[in-house]
Amino acid sequence: MDNVRALIVDDSSVMRKIVERSLRQAGINLTEVFEAGNGAEALGLLAEKRVDLILCDINMPVMDGLEFIKQLSGVANAKGTPVVMITTEGSESHVVQALSCGARGYIRKPFTADQVKEHVIPVLAGKS
Amino acid sequence: MNSSTPSLAAGVSHEKWIPLLELATREVFDLMLSCQLSAAGAEPEQPRNITSMVGLAGQLCGVLTLRCDSKSATLMTSKMLGVAPDEVGGQLSDAIGEICNMVAGNFKNKIAGLGDGCMLSPPTVITGTDYSMHSLTDAPALEVKLLFEGTPILICLEIHG
Repeated sequence: MDNVRALIVDDSSVMRKIVERSLRQAGINLTEVFEAGNGAEALGLLAEKRVDLILCDINMPVMDGLEFIKQLSGVANAKGTPVVMITTEGSESHVVQALSCGARGYIRKPFTADQVKEHVIPVLAGKS
Repeated sequence: MNSSTPSLAAGVSHEKWIPLLELATREVFDLMLSCQLSAAGAEPEQPRNITSMVGLAGQLCGVLTLRCDSKSATLMTSKMLGVAPDEVGGQLSDAIGEICNMVAGNFKNKIAGLGDGCMLSPPTVITGTDYSMHSLTDAPALEVKLLFEGTPILICLEIHG
């Protein structure tokens, strides 16, 4: 996977770094990585930037991940951009809710780089 | 519901959750820090001056805490970020808070009915030892003591209801 621009949305800067590292370990060649601490920040960033992939936490202050993906459909720059959730919320209903809001994948924390690869590569390849 | 999964049914002894709390902790350290925790023995007590707390609310109310000394917290942060311990800087609280948050989330996902019925608070990290915690319950806390790189860490779940 080459030349991928990713947006990582998580209120923990440590977790954003770990997600970025996991993407690189998964063999994804990231040309640009943007970071946001919550959904509102991410929407602001997407008003100006185009990305190929969004990885997003659910529990965040200001605007959580589910509200973010609901509002994403109104952002021209984000049309068709796949979103993969990465969260500690691991129940079936959270997964169903996220997927029904438009998420294309769901990774539970704690996670490995292999799990990131397994969930993100098919999404980037348009197979999920 | 998986009948082999411990449930939240009334009357269930919370003591049965201790192995799950230990498993949830071991998994977080294994997957996120590439580190195997070992069983604690009779190691001398260390001053645990880093305390990370995550509140639980809903079908299970309580507080999960992770306590360790600052040297262990620095090493945990270093392993989590893949940087040298002297490069950890101001990221220690964020990292230790996230570890506690993942232990709490991983634990609740192992109890049938808690995944949806229990919310987690954002983590809080306290530095220092000169404080007292006052519980609103008489119930004993569930405690798991493990060794991280030879130093004891304490994971404690205080259940309020």
